[in-house]
Amino acid sequence: MSETRIVDARGSFCPGPLMELIAAMKTATVGDELEVLSTDRGSAEDIPEWIKKVGHTLVSSSEEGGVYHLRVRKAK
Amino acid sequence: MKRILIVGGGTGGTILANNLARRLRPEIDGARVSVTMLSASARHMYQPGLLYVAFGKMAPSELYADQKTLLDPVIHFHVDPVESFDLDHNEVKTKGGSVYDYDYLAICTGSRPELVSVPGLMENAHHVYTEDAAVKTAEALRTFEGGRIAIVTGVPHKCPMVPLELTFMMYDYFKDRDLLDKVSFMYTYPIGRIHSLENVAKWAAPEFDRMGVRYETLFNAREVDGVKKCVHSEEGSKVEFDLLIAVPPHKGMEVIEQNKLGTAGWIPTNRATLAMEGRNNVFVLGDTTNLPISKAGSTAHYEAEVLGENLARLVTQGGAMRFYEGKVFCFIEAGKDRATYASFDYKNPPQPRPPSRAIHWFKLAYNRLYWNSVRGLL
Repeated sequence: MSETRIVDARGSFCPGPLMELIAAMKTATVGDELEVLSTDRGSAEDIPEWIKKVGHTLVSSSEEGGVYHLRVRKAK
Repeated sequence: MKRILIVGGGTGGTILANNLARRLRPEIDGARVSVTMLSASARHMYQPGLLYVAFGKMAPSELYADQKTLLDPVIHFHVDPVESFDLDHNEVKTKGGSVYDYDYLAICTGSRPELVSVPGLMENAHHVYTEDAAVKTAEALRTFEGGRIAIVTGVPHKCPMVPLELTFMMYDYFKDRDLLDKVSFMYTYPIGRIHSLENVAKWAAPEFDRMGVRYETLFNAREVDGVKKCVHSEEGSKVEFDLLIAVPPHKGMEVIEQNKLGTAGWIPTNRATLAMEGRNNVFVLGDTTNLPISKAGSTAHYEAEVLGENLARLVTQGGAMRFYEGKVFCFIEAGKDRATYASFDYKNPPQPRPPSRAIHWFKLAYNRLYWNSVRGLL
């Protein structure tokens, strides 16, 4: 497994962070972990839903100082 | 002399130019200020009219006016698109080889549909973002005799209400043709609800339920298979179609990307002052900004009024005082003869009201009043 790739979408509003994650996922390989940083609450709700729909794994989710950290593992 | 240069002759640029001509009349007459506009086209298109062309409610010829006739005569207007920006030296160079210096620059070059970003979309989908495409959509609707209609949306796109409006208007069109029992609708949307504005989504979902329009959210088109007539999503799902209607993802203009002014052609812009990030004499309007608000004519309109007032103060009194508060007003056609609207800003979300015939007729009236609006008369 390669090291975690950061998708820094801070300052971007819905649906920006989700779109950036989708773009990053396209170039990732199965097993890779990506961490999305987002300041948008709506995206923090949408991204786990998207991960569930696609079948990837949400490794962790946290919020610190207004920044949401969503860590996802590419499963397929 | 203070020179104000406006690059782009769409809704934002035209309203800004006329606003400045009105506010700075004495300074322009006294040769202390000049206002120049550079545009890629001698014609101005009323882009929201394309939706009506697709339903046979407007003729393509009704969408255009000569740009020169929309501008106050004191504005220097040149059809000569900008090829390069040298912001450090306050000058731009045009395709025709001319160089224009400025003290203040407004960039409002707009956006364009990017169908090629989804393989197969260009070849298989109809849309309403060019005159040719809208005419072809009208023909596709007119000759459609029933089957599966899929609506696929990419982001960001111009005019946020179009996915909903297309669906509502198609429903009424096929109802009038007595074809509803032979038509099914599958509406898809990229995020976790059926519209980016939460309250608009809450209003539209029951409407779709009532009409029998099915929908799938978190659907981002990956590719279109024209042979098997289906759209595959990034999420692994599949939507089949006999008629595919797209609201394609958009990008800013190529010249913005080529000059490295902003990723994907969107220029980083201060949400309140509309200044380009890192510049105090360069401003950005309308679709060209990277702001997280609707890419719509009304956005450009409200921004242009704020910027007009600020630029007028900057050249006469030395300081801007107004802030853009994110104001946007969008009509929403909810069928062939009723409409509602979404009015919102950075702090206040929209609260769509039940659709009415009166709002629909107001929208139709605005389609004609637009020309007076960009002239600054409305």
